[in-house]
Amino acid sequence: MKIHNTTGGRIFDAANYVFLVLIGVLTLLPFIYVFAGSFATEAEITRRAFFVWPEQFSLGSYEYIFSTQAFIRALITTVLVTAVGTVIQLILTVTMAYPLAKRNLRGRQLILSLVVFAMVFSGGMIPTFLLIKDLGLLNSYWALILPAAINPFSLIIIKNFFQELPAELEESAKMDGATEIGILWRILLPLSKPVLATFALFYAVGIWNDFMSPLLYLSDNSKWTLQMYLRQVTASSDLLGTGNVDPNYIPPEQGIKFAVIVVATLPILIFYPFLQKHFAKGMLIGSVKG
Amino acid sequence: MTTSTVDVKTPEQAPPPAPAPGRRRRFAVHFAHYKWLYLLLLPGVVYFAVFRYAPMYGVSIAFKDYVPFLGVNASPWVGFQHFQDFFSNPDFGRLLGNTLILAFLNLGIAFPLTIVLALLLNEVRLSILKRTVQTLVYIPHFLSWTIVASLSFLLFALDFGPLFLFINSVLGTDIDFLSDPAWFRPLIVLQEIWKNTGWGTIIFLAALATVDQDQYEAAIIDGAGRFRRVWHITLPGIRSTIIVMLILAIGQMLNTGFEQIYLMTNALNRDVADVFDTYVYFVGITQGAYSYSTAVGLFKSLVGIVLIFGTNALAKRFNQSGLF
Repeated sequence: MKIHNTTGGRIFDAANYVFLVLIGVLTLLPFIYVFAGSFATEAEITRRAFFVWPEQFSLGSYEYIFSTQAFIRALITTVLVTAVGTVIQLILTVTMAYPLAKRNLRGRQLILSLVVFAMVFSGGMIPTFLLIKDLGLLNSYWALILPAAINPFSLIIIKNFFQELPAELEESAKMDGATEIGILWRILLPLSKPVLATFALFYAVGIWNDFMSPLLYLSDNSKWTLQMYLRQVTASSDLLGTGNVDPNYIPPEQGIKFAVIVVATLPILIFYPFLQKHFAKGMLIGSVKG
Repeated sequence: MTTSTVDVKTPEQAPPPAPAPGRRRRFAVHFAHYKWLYLLLLPGVVYFAVFRYAPMYGVSIAFKDYVPFLGVNASPWVGFQHFQDFFSNPDFGRLLGNTLILAFLNLGIAFPLTIVLALLLNEVRLSILKRTVQTLVYIPHFLSWTIVASLSFLLFALDFGPLFLFINSVLGTDIDFLSDPAWFRPLIVLQEIWKNTGWGTIIFLAALATVDQDQYEAAIIDGAGRFRRVWHITLPGIRSTIIVMLILAIGQMLNTGFEQIYLMTNALNRDVADVFDTYVYFVGITQGAYSYSTAVGLFKSLVGIVLIFGTNALAKRFNQSGLF
């Protein structure tokens, strides 16, 4: 189609390319700055306003945060809650999506309508908080996992995906004497690995990034997650749980903020390439049939 | 599984003296046949009942004086008292104003920027460049608001924040962007643009890919330049997507995003920062006014539903495809 590009067109193209590259770089720049800052000395951070490469390479900020109990605890907590939460979300979503994919199951329409209604309307912050309180889940990690255990949106997408799989597969398995659970486990799940991987990553990112649930449900700060810890460190420069014994040692107050941001971001950046491979496809499945 | 049980029921169906027990029996047979499926369904149904529908029932405390030790059921009814209190409270006007201003700023700036970015990306024929830029601009969407807020705190930090120094040296001022109420809204919109503009292009790029290519060739033959092609072919081609996304955005208008606003709120910018979501938190969770804040939250979600149905009806009246 680009048979004859005019001069004006070429100028536009060039300007557009430059502009888009600039946008790409600008998007990443804050993070490059923080990454560089996390490896710089405290003095350099305050002296040089902006840099993407530290003059003097230092691991001081990381050494400091990894020497504090509070940070280690927050990190371990976050990893565990994310792992357990993601597995629970996947199991609950799949086990509910599979029966709902059977068109002849009675009560299916009713349940589906209730699921869709829950997508539009929710009880809101306070009634949910009171429920968690009444269930005795305040200050429990279950409060970070259970209230969001099924995402109605993902449920419907996975249900549609199961429904689209050829029925012959199931029928032949049934002839061979497979049970419903056997069919789900041995035939459907292996076929839907890419879809489930996508949702697993989305779920994991969601739990890892969650700030609102720990804020609402965890008042005991020894149970805080990484996001709560990050908030505490960057907003109030209050180095909680300072486990340092040497009174002459001054912690790198700014450097710590840089280092904690990096640690809270890194897992997402590491998994991002895997996530990216799938999400366009996942979104498409969702928008076409959802 | 137990196909034999299904067969047993057929002769019984023939004489229909009492339809109710027959139906019940048929359901029992159906249930026995599909017991594994129902068993699989159970945890999910329990989840929805407990964590989605119980809070909906809990909304009734907006019309009661909730007393914790009495519970939702036994607390006394007060009708619309909490709503009246809220509407006559001076906070109401301030909250509505703050929420609407932020919503319109996002709608008027971030939303069109998403479309512009999608159009610019769509003009790129160098696929490696296009993919690289897309990869980069999607990333912030996956970072938490805590990280976005922390980055803002560092970039605008007093005395050493790069953006603090840069903007102040350009303007010749000494503004503390993080606590100056005048800068609260620009910061919020800037964060929103940084975090979500790139991600928002996905849906528009998908729509742009479906625009009929023949039309461009015809337009080129007719002598249409690049901008005329975008104006007369590309934009009309994605009009329905734009409208659907706009309806969704308007429906979400009052959901200013609790985490973002909460994280950027401080003692100095409270007057412009308070929105419905954060107000519900501060009054409800930290001050314990459960019934009152539930009423505020309910008011907010009802307005949201009215907005989404309203825009949808409007879109249909202008003969555009609505959302439903």
